[in-house]
Amino acid sequence: MTKLAPVLSAHWDEKDSFTIQAYKRHGGYTASAKALAMDPDAVIQLVKDSGLRGRGGAGFPTGMKWGFIPQGDNKDHYLVVNADESEPGTCKDTPLLMANPHVLIEGCIIAAHAIRAKHAFIYIRGEVTHVVRRMNQAIEDAYAAGYLGNGVELVLHVGAGAYICGEETALLDSLEGFRGQPRLRPPFPAIAGLYARPTVVNNVESIASVPAIVANGAEWYQSMGTEKSKGTTLYSLSGHVVNPGQFEAPLGITLREILDLSGGMRKGHKLKFWTPGGSSTPLFTDEHLDVPLDYEGVAGAGSMLGTKALQIFDETTCVVRAVLRWTEFYKHESCGKCTPCREGTWWLVQILRDLENGKGSEADLAKLLDLCDNIMGRSFCALGDGATSPITSSIKYFRDEYIAHVTNGACPFDPIASTLFEGADAK
Amino acid sequence: MAYTDDQLAVMEAIITRYPRKRSAIMPLLHYSQSITGYINNEGIEIISELLELENAEVTAVSTFYTQYKNQPVGEYHVGVCTNTLCAVMGGDAIFAGLKEHLGVENDGVTADGKVSLEHIECNAACDYAPVVMANWEFYDNQTVQSAKDLVDSMRSGNPKPPTRGPSKLVTWKEASAVLAGVNDGLANEGVQAGEPTLLGLKLSKEGK
Ligand SMILES: Cc1cc2nc3c(=O)[nH]c(=O)nc-3n(C[C@H](O)[C@H](O)[C@H](O)COP(=O)(O)O)c2cc1C
Ligand code: SF4
Ligand code: FES
Repeated sequence: MTKLAPVLSAHWDEKDSFTIQAYKRHGGYTASAKALAMDPDAVIQLVKDSGLRGRGGAGFPTGMKWGFIPQGDNKDHYLVVNADESEPGTCKDTPLLMANPHVLIEGCIIAAHAIRAKHAFIYIRGEVTHVVRRMNQAIEDAYAAGYLGNGVELVLHVGAGAYICGEETALLDSLEGFRGQPRLRPPFPAIAGLYARPTVVNNVESIASVPAIVANGAEWYQSMGTEKSKGTTLYSLSGHVVNPGQFEAPLGITLREILDLSGGMRKGHKLKFWTPGGSSTPLFTDEHLDVPLDYEGVAGAGSMLGTKALQIFDETTCVVRAVLRWTEFYKHESCGKCTPCREGTWWLVQILRDLENGKGSEADLAKLLDLCDNIMGRSFCALGDGATSPITSSIKYFRDEYIAHVTNGACPFDPIASTLFEGADAK
Repeated sequence: MAYTDDQLAVMEAIITRYPRKRSAIMPLLHYSQSITGYINNEGIEIISELLELENAEVTAVSTFYTQYKNQPVGEYHVGVCTNTLCAVMGGDAIFAGLKEHLGVENDGVTADGKVSLEHIECNAACDYAPVVMANWEFYDNQTVQSAKDLVDSMRSGNPKPPTRGPSKLVTWKEASAVLAGVNDGLANEGVQAGEPTLLGLKLSKEGK
């Protein structure tokens, strides 16, 4: 049985955990002092040795990403933290920032030193007023205490409601003051990022993991997790479970274990389908309860660890309705730059709507798969690819349910049965 | 309504945060909403002038992002999450209930100008589903009835406080200023985390 291992979340239960006093009470800002006394390359090596991989979705090794920044090029370098957190199901960075914004600031100080950046930006989604307050207050307090402003400037940049701005190059365009649309890569941000200067873009959780690594060493971090997926991470459990929430555990824990220790599915119901890492990662079913939730384990089972957003749905949920809703999201959030995604997601919605309303035909399934085939790998950025994941995976596991909509001439599910209030308070 | 000197000074200060001034366009748009409640022509013109851009360039940005509004919203702007997980858990029922209760459609504003309604995408709080936001503050674990009570409290001028946020709900314009980076002094109010956020930590302390 894997044990939980709170590192990032270790002090969240203290009432004032978000203040600089609370952070310092637990050794806050000593790791950055240690790192600033080190050679930048040694900091990069330490993070490489720790095995830390990006927590924004793709799992790219963080130290390696820092190592790509050209050195001695006499150019400004930038650090950009991705706090856009908009992938459906993903809800870890937001509570982290609400409970402990200073750990991200300290991570920024260390990362900026390592990549020789004098400017760092945190790009946070705009729809979280109180988190913006907390983060800005923390930055103000860190300036007042002298942790910021003596070598590195940190600015919180607030987005305005566009999922695509989580994609790192769209984020950079947005931060430069343009519409947030992805850029062609290469050049990668490490060579030409913000203002065409070498730039590291990392997720909140990636950067927030760095102070503990500096404080406790690479070996300590390495000792947790699995062979290629090191350390602890935040798993976010939501949906039809007794106790949803954040669970920080070594990489490789399984959904069965998380359900066991949290109280399981809601009473009288059983698991039907779930996302391992947000809506862009192919669905899993009850066959996948024992898949190790690390990068390799989830990929080996045909999906992606993504953001570790475990959205759980029980047997009362219509999978066609769920997939339609996600697809409407992708259609709405498509930035419109490329045809396969812009037009394709529109058509996907039309066909899924007909299917969900019982007006579809079996031939529509082939059409859906054909459309997905034309979007997947042919889109400018990964939003288009992600849009196809729920569709292809749901048809793979739940073809019969799609067909039942066709033969029934209507959706066979009662939407009230899947609500939290199960009809008691539905009017 | 012309912008005051004080307001223009805040805008100038926002610009100095960035190595290149065009980067200030998003906080300036948020700030403009804090003055007029939405993005109007005057706001576009002032931002264009400050950033030495064409009006069309600023408009192109403001129309790309859903949080910038091209017409007035309510003093309290309510967003109901109807992305899949919240929708299934009750968000669809809540949204339908509020539309009926308020007599408005999506993007509608009540006649008294107090409340506007919008269905929103996943707001990074799925472990608190179904989620309702007001002026982008969290109202967690809502039911149809609690959401109706919430909007009623807004219309009577005494809105219920957010579940994870300051002890009083600020207005749309005040919240827009916060998003522009203005410190309203409320950062230390409210809980550091809700129960779901702390669940794993609690279980770990119980030896799990
Ligand atoms: C459509 C789309 C949305 C994304 N949204 C986010 C996001 O909200 N937060 C994030 O950290 N990464 C997001 N990413 C991934 C980023 O592009 C990037 O890979 C990541 O920020 C790198 O950080 P990491 O190496 O620390 O994981 C998104 C990617 C795509 C294609
Ligand atoms: S795949 Fe979609 S979101 Fe990405 S660039 Fe193309 S249109 Fe924009
Ligand atoms: S789906 Fe509603 S907050 Fe995530």
